[in-house]
Amino acid sequence: MTAAVEPAAADAPVGGSLVSVQDLKVHFPIKRGLIVDRTVGHVFAVDGVDMEIRRGETYGLVGESGCGKSTLGRGMLRLVEPTGGKVVFDGTDLVELKGESLRRMRRRIQMVFQDPMSSLDPRQSVESILVEGLRAHGLDKGREATGKRLRELLSAVGLPSTSLRKYPHEFSGGQRQRIGIARALAVEPDLIIADEPVSALDVSVQAQVVNLLEELQEQFGLTYLVIAHDLAVVRHISDRVGVMYLGGIVEEASSDDLYAEPLHPYTKALLSAIPVPDPEVEDRRERILLTGDLPSPANPPNGCRFHTRCPWKQETKCATDRPALREVRPGHKVACHWAEDIQAGRIRPHEVETVLVEEGGISPDVPLIGPSSVTEVLNP
Amino acid sequence: MALLEVRDLRVVFQRRGTEPFSAVDGVSFDVNPGQTVGLVGESGCGKSVTSLAIMGLLPARGNKVTGSVKFEGTDLLTLSNREMRDRRGRDLGMVFQDPLSSLNPVIPIGLQVTEVLERHRDMPRKKAMVEAAELLDKVGIPDPTRRLSEYPHQLSGGMRQRALIAIALACRPRLLIADEPTTALDVTIQAQILALLKELVQDTGTALIMITHDLGVVAGLCDEVNVLYGGRVVERAERHQLFAEPRHPYTHGLLASIPRLDAARGEKLVPIKGSVADNIPWDSACAFAPRCPNALDVCRQVTPALEDEDRRSLRCHNPVLPGTPAAQEVPA
Repeated sequence: MTAAVEPAAADAPVGGSLVSVQDLKVHFPIKRGLIVDRTVGHVFAVDGVDMEIRRGETYGLVGESGCGKSTLGRGMLRLVEPTGGKVVFDGTDLVELKGESLRRMRRRIQMVFQDPMSSLDPRQSVESILVEGLRAHGLDKGREATGKRLRELLSAVGLPSTSLRKYPHEFSGGQRQRIGIARALAVEPDLIIADEPVSALDVSVQAQVVNLLEELQEQFGLTYLVIAHDLAVVRHISDRVGVMYLGGIVEEASSDDLYAEPLHPYTKALLSAIPVPDPEVEDRRERILLTGDLPSPANPPNGCRFHTRCPWKQETKCATDRPALREVRPGHKVACHWAEDIQAGRIRPHEVETVLVEEGGISPDVPLIGPSSVTEVLNP
Repeated sequence: MALLEVRDLRVVFQRRGTEPFSAVDGVSFDVNPGQTVGLVGESGCGKSVTSLAIMGLLPARGNKVTGSVKFEGTDLLTLSNREMRDRRGRDLGMVFQDPLSSLNPVIPIGLQVTEVLERHRDMPRKKAMVEAAELLDKVGIPDPTRRLSEYPHQLSGGMRQRALIAIALACRPRLLIADEPTTALDVTIQAQILALLKELVQDTGTALIMITHDLGVVAGLCDEVNVLYGGRVVERAERHQLFAEPRHPYTHGLLASIPRLDAARGEKLVPIKGSVADNIPWDSACAFAPRCPNALDVCRQVTPALEDEDRRSLRCHNPVLPGTPAAQEVPA
């Protein structure tokens, strides 16, 4: 047990902090009106996330759709502008950077996207796709050196060198994802943010890409942030895992600890919901079925974001105070007021009344003032 | 006699100027009342086309369906469109993958439920509305009376899928076909929907055909599992037997290539090499041979037949011996 508490996995070369995200917020305004754009509310996609990724490790970010995990990844790269907070990458705050210095910094952080078909330009050959990044960052040093580099890249991701002249449509889904990975590798990044790298692929091909990512990490000493909804994949690939719910991280621990002993009620429910391909296990297992849906991120519940669906909700604190992410064991953080009591069995789960979730996403607390359409302006 | 007997079902897609393509290539299976049968496979294995052929929902042109689909003794493939319309929704229900695109966006949920009741059970609208509210309540939609007048976009993904299930079950069909019903949903919602399906099947005695690519879903839900590859059943067994002892190299490979939550961490996954694009036609070979770690010369020369042995059917010349770990292969 004591060995498992050590946050760093023994086999991975894990160093100091590479990225430190501090209180990052990404809020999207909800606009109304045709003539005057009025902001009538915000979608709190990412709402105060603290996270640290160490050099050489794989950090897995899991959560259901709409929890803000992709926005967090994009916000770190400033593909969407953060509303507040800091992203300190190797000593530099990315949020402060502008223009050329930001562009240069982006060479060191690359992204692999979910859908390999729509993230590759159908009219660019593989060669052109790979060379583009090299040129942009001044790494194209003569025809021969570049040719050699391209062949290296292709062999690293397991594609034949004849692929250079081909176009994305000539490849299968798994091969396209390999091209996407080669594109990210081309500029020798330190950190690769992989947003759902395998979820668009067939089961038998998923394993190929997962193994490839692991091999490349060993070979080039990469650091990964893997964003995915599939917990089994994340557990397999990650050293540490953060679980997100409605814009915030609710639990963070080493991969083994998290799965062996989840502390947050949401993590417990999430883990129990995943089907295991083994009938013996499926017949025995007890499910924690959550009622209802994810509340709208435009109108998140007060207090603990999860209290509307939590089977362990208590009378005090849960509905009023937002729990902070606190370290309850070495390397194991959880954002729950009652984590210790739940774990010790002092609090029993109870029935949860299903709360209706309104789609549309505009907070009813924000009054609509002024005209909301042209007709309203013309016929007051 | 089984409730549904599918015999040698073939669907060939053909367009002028192109080679005919067999999407489903001689599939046979039985479904008994109250039984849950799984059709599992990757994209392109013919599992959805099988379900569409059973329901008679394939487009009128460009394809040829042969074989027989006997439902309580009547061959559904010989029925006219009119007769088939009477059966769909009454005897045969279907739940599709994407609930948003299978509900009509401009018609309130309530009307979409009552349509089935009015059409098949000749209920007057008012009575049907009461019944519809009961149905929505049964599938776990909170505040059902209010939801009746709402449109699909006002419901969340999970609620839409529940509404679809309510529509499919409105006339208490004897057979329900669920085509990837949870693929578009999150895991916690998936768990809710699967629990609901399981409960409904137990309560009403409806037979269920579950079509999915997720072996985990199958493990918890199905009584019998058919594994499809390239349009043919390659292995069929009772679920405990199939998962404990996969004999076909494809089934075996699939199970070895998915990371499991309860397995020890740090083990490498063993992928199946290549992709579905490497298939060769079944005509005079095994379609899986180019990707198979067990392939022999005979696999590329003779089409293997589906042979029964001890409550299991298997289509393979060189099956995996029980207890063999997954073959280590370098991915191509």
